[in-house]
This record gives sequence, C-alpha cells and structure tokens, in this order.
Amino acid sequence: MTTASLRLALVGAPNTGKTSLFNSLTGSRQKVANYPGVTVERKSGGFVTPEGRSVTVLDLPGTYSLRGRSPDEEITRDIVLGRFDGEAVPDLVLCVADATNLRLTLRLVLELKRVGRPMMLVLNMIDIARRRGVTIDLERMSQEIGLPIVTSVAVRKGGVDELLKRTDEFLARSHEAAASQWTTPTIADLKAAQREADRIIAAVVTLPTKPDTLTNRIDSVVLHPVGGLVILAVILFVMFQAVFTWAQPAMELLSDGFSALGQLIHDVMPEGWGLLQSFLQNGLISGVGSVIVFLPQIIIIFLFILLLEDFGYMARAAFLMDRIMGGAGLHGRAFIPLLSSFACAIPGIMATRVIDNRRDRLTTILIAPLMTCSARIPVYTLIISAFVPATTVWGFVNLQGLVMFGLYAAGITSALTVSAVAKFFLWRDHAPAPFMLELPDYKMPRLKSIAIGVFTRAKMFLYRAGTTILSMMVLIWFLASFPTAPAGAEGPAINYSFAAMIGHALEPLLRPIGFNWQIAVALIPGMAAREVAVAALGTVYSIEGGKEAADQIGQVLAQKWTLATALSLLVWYIFAPQCASTLAVIRRETGGAKWMVVTFIYMLALAYAASFLTFNLAQALGLH
Amino acid sequence: MTGDPNSTQDNLQDIRLGHADRGFVGKIIRLDALVTGSSLSPQELEQRLVEMGFVEGARVEILHEGTIRRDPIAVRVDNITIALRRSEAMAVIVE
Repeated sequence: MTTASLRLALVGAPNTGKTSLFNSLTGSRQKVANYPGVTVERKSGGFVTPEGRSVTVLDLPGTYSLRGRSPDEEITRDIVLGRFDGEAVPDLVLCVADATNLRLTLRLVLELKRVGRPMMLVLNMIDIARRRGVTIDLERMSQEIGLPIVTSVAVRKGGVDELLKRTDEFLARSHEAAASQWTTPTIADLKAAQREADRIIAAVVTLPTKPDTLTNRIDSVVLHPVGGLVILAVILFVMFQAVFTWAQPAMELLSDGFSALGQLIHDVMPEGWGLLQSFLQNGLISGVGSVIVFLPQIIIIFLFILLLEDFGYMARAAFLMDRIMGGAGLHGRAFIPLLSSFACAIPGIMATRVIDNRRDRLTTILIAPLMTCSARIPVYTLIISAFVPATTVWGFVNLQGLVMFGLYAAGITSALTVSAVAKFFLWRDHAPAPFMLELPDYKMPRLKSIAIGVFTRAKMFLYRAGTTILSMMVLIWFLASFPTAPAGAEGPAINYSFAAMIGHALEPLLRPIGFNWQIAVALIPGMAAREVAVAALGTVYSIEGGKEAADQIGQVLAQKWTLATALSLLVWYIFAPQCASTLAVIRRETGGAKWMVVTFIYMLALAYAASFLTFNLAQALGLH
Repeated sequence: MTGDPNSTQDNLQDIRLGHADRGFVGKIIRLDALVTGSSLSPQELEQRLVEMGFVEGARVEILHEGTIRRDPIAVRVDNITIALRRSEAMAVIVE
C-alpha cells in the first residue's frame, strides 16, 4: 500500500455538500471526463494524506438509493458494487451526509452497508447543524450503524483535517471487504430501512427548539406564485445582460488581439511565404482565437450558475418553471441553459450539466442551437437592412424590427416543437422522469469552491472542446485556401478553392431553395462561425473591406438576389447547423459523435424544408 | 380541493395530498399509488416517494404552490422540503 494509491469513492444523496467536500479534498487537482459511452460526468481528483499516502478520489453521481433509476445512478451502483468495466472497486467508500438533514442519507447508508465495502460516514456541514442547535451523539450513532463517523466542514479551511487523519488511520489497518449482500430493495425493504433510519435519528439526534426560519422566510418571497416569477425574471435579466454586455468587451479585446497577432505574423514574415503566412494567420491563430473568444461567456455563465446552485436557488427556479417548461416536455432546469443559448449555444450546451436526468439533458442539448444566438445577428441585420424596407406597419411597428422579432420567435417556437417531437419519438419507450426534487436549505456560497468549479469548466472547455474546434477551423481554412489561384487568375482566390468546388457541386441541391453558387461557397467558411458568412459573401462578390463594408455588401446583394432568395437565406439561418464549434461541443458533451450527427441532420433537414417552403411561397406570391 | 374524479376516499378524514391546499398540515397514513395522474408505474412511484421520505407517520405541510394551476407543490416532510407535482402527490394519503 506504499506505492499504489488508495481509491476512495464519495457517495451521497444530492445536496449533501458532496461536491464541496470533493473540491476541498482535491483543490484544483481535478479531472472531469465522461464515463465511456454515456453522458455522465466522471469527476476524479487526487490528494496526499498528512502521512504521505497518495489517494485518488472519485466523486460518484448523487443518489438516494442504489436502485439505479437513471444512467447516473446506475454508475454509482455499479462502481460501488465493483461491476463497472474499467473502474476498479473503491478501497474505501465515504458516504457523505448533510448533518442538518440525516433522514434520507441514513437510509442510503443502511443500504450501502449491505454492499460490504469498507466504509466511513462523513457528517458534512456539522457547523451549520451545531449553529442551529442540532446535537448528535456521534458515539452512539457510530455504534448503531456500525460504521466509523467523521465530521467535516467542507467549505472551511481545515474543515477536512479530521477526515484526512481518519483516512490515514484507516489505511494503517488492513481491511477486508465483506461479501456483498445487496439486492435491489423492494418497497418493503425501503420502508423498513427508512423506519430503522428514523429510529436511529430519534435515538441520537436532538433537534433544536427553533427550526431554521430563514429558509422559510426567503422561500415565502422567492416561491411566491407571482413575486417568485418576477424575481426569477430579474435574476435572468441580470445574467443575460452580464453575458451580453460584460463578456462583450473581453471578447472584442480577445478577438482584436488575435487579429493583431495574426497581422503581426503576416507583416514580419518574408515575402514568398504566402501559404505558411496564410496558415498561421488565417488557420492557426484565428483558429485558436475562435476557441479563446468564448471563454469570457463561459466563465460568466458558470459563475452565475454555480453561485445560484450553491445558494440553493436552482432547485427553486426549476420549481417555478416546471409547469411552464413541462408543456413542451422540458425539465424546469433546462430554462437557464436555453436562455444562455441566446448569447451562444456553446456555454448553453455546457450549462446543461445542471440537468441530472440524461434524457432531459439530451433534449435540451438538441434544441439549444435553435435559440437565436448572437452570431446570427450580423447575418440577420445584413439581409434585413438590404431587403426589408424600414417602413412602419400598423401605425407604430417598424417592419425591420418585426422581421427580426419573427426570426427570434421562429427559433423559440421550433425549439419547443422539436422538444415535444423528440419526447414523443425518441423517448417514448422510457418512463419520463417525474418532477420530484429536494429544495435544500439556503446556504451562503463559498467563493473558493465556486472558483474551483469555474476554473474546472474553463479548463475543460479549452482542453476538450478547444482541440476539436481548432481542428475544424484549420480544416475550413484548408478548404477555403486550396488549391491556390493560378497565376494571372481573375476574381478572388476563394473561387479556385475546394470550398468553391464544393459550393458549385452543392448548387444544384441548393437551387430549389433559391441559393446561387456564391451563397453555397460562402456557407462553407460560414461553418467556422455564422457571422463569417457575411465576410465570405463580401469576398465571393469581390467586395473590398470585408466585414466593415457591410453596407456595401447589402447594396450589392439587393441587386443580385431576389427577395425570395433573401428570405430563404434568412430562414436557412434560423435552423441550419451553421456552426462547427457548436457541433464540436455537442460531440464532447455527449461523449460521442452520435448526438452531433443527429443534431446536424435534423437541423439541416429543418433548414432545407423551411427554406424550400419560404422560397417557393415567396415566388408564388411574386416577391422578386 | 379540486373536483378530481380520482379521489377515492375510503375514510372521510383521509385525503390525498395532491388535493390539499397550501397551508395544509397533516400526517401520512399510507401510500396508494394505484390511481394517480402520474406517468410512472404505481410501484415505481411508490418507491420514489419512499426514497424522498414519504413514509407512514411522517408529518407533512404544504408550504408553497406553483403559479399555473397551483402546481407543483413544495411539501415539508418532517424536516426536509420536497417539490413535486400534484399528480404524484395523489399517491400520498394524509389525515
């Protein structure tokens, strides 16, 4: 036991502070991955005990029992039982309980004991319990349940010292795992275990004379049928504002910084190195830039989400939104990820991690790209200002604004429809997860734990999504740059590239929806990011000045396209999977290419069908 | 109380938690998941309710109600608060 590190597994019911304990044991030495083939997060980390033993910790998904009602809970069960392929059985199971709320965890402890692994019970948040006047006879309790008990205050410095000491003591002795006697509990088993747990609690816990009234007082405002919704709207408004306005300067700074760096490389490189120059500037540096530019949004969204989650508000938001979202087959918790997707689908999709149930999470991931993200705005504005007259209808409504609103509304409506359809077709064979969740007492969020959480997300995005996004960017650069234009060629270089060849090849397919080959060519670099299509259209139509010349591009397009084509392209942009980064993140978040392909195909089909309808309807109405 | 046809009450004092109003305080008599509006099977529903602490003898109080059709509800079960829909709360018989 000197060289091999000890494997420790954290098990506990939701809201017991398991994650805070994990954070305080491992600090920033964490690795977040997915279990093979499933959408479940595998969180592991390491620490060294005071006596120098190295320990690896696995933070298992929270569960109320080992019954395995969802893929997450099945993982917890299978690892504890030692029957999960590729995961070693833990040497020591730490069952984490909230000392202020022992009822549900104690029943889980009794169930876990039947598995026979060496185990310790950690009474977390013991400080809050003591402050509220809860007294627990630890010695008696330890005798009753037959397990060693450690108290901890995961969120305070030094709060896990005793746990570390006891882990060392535990390791100094040898431990034999008993044979597992665990069988899937029946209702009678569960009730018997709950009665036993209640008996032990009655014997060892003295409840305070004054219950916690603060949570009740906050809830009477926050869960008020009307006031609660207003408060939720205000919180979301602030969050949405933060994502849009606070992140914007940082994003612009990053994006300007990377283009300046690209320009610098362009300038210092000697003449004649054109290709390498272009690769560094337009492929590599703009590729890296396009990954990093999302960081401010991701950090801000996760800061809000982790704060609200730690405070205990997320469960309340789900309570308030349940009926409203439920009509479309969405979980109450899908609300915040979907709202974030209005800024950008990438942090939105990453934020779906707050949804415990796998099916609810996949549905949310599937529809998040339909929310009108900020990258669509340049495309919408360009086409609307070029084709839609700025007239006033119904006396006070600006027609351009109305079309913009219509595009947003179409995105939301289609997302809700897709969700309802997915629920009906994809998940028909599965029992839907009922809405049943604990509303934990409010707690002051601890900044250190939040900081570790945000840091872990940012790192994960850079390492995991970043590599895929970067390689896609380089591929798109390659398609748009090769083969190079022959000497003395006329027109822009992109017209000679693979992108142009693909564009020409796609043109017959796109003609029924009113797209010409120039649009088809522009859509390929537009895969890098939606707004790039604007600059690409400028390039294809040989307009100097790129993005800055948007007005000019608009004038040219107004001459070259019919109104039917313009409307068709607008509709295309509501639905089309025109964002390689989003697809890359879906692949990473769902742990495989399957859901990325599903998203790509369904969005493409929707886009084609909707554009086809729009184009033909517009032509039939004589809109030229 | 809403006029739900599912209310099969075998004792006048016993009501289903799913029918109770905000402010209701009572004690769980038993679980009966056979006739509810839940999409879960009766057995699965009963197991989940037991796992969330809905066992015979527990004190329950309806603390909060949702905005639309007063659903879902937040229920204090002994010393924890559980949010659930009224359709699932139908399985909890209280007095």
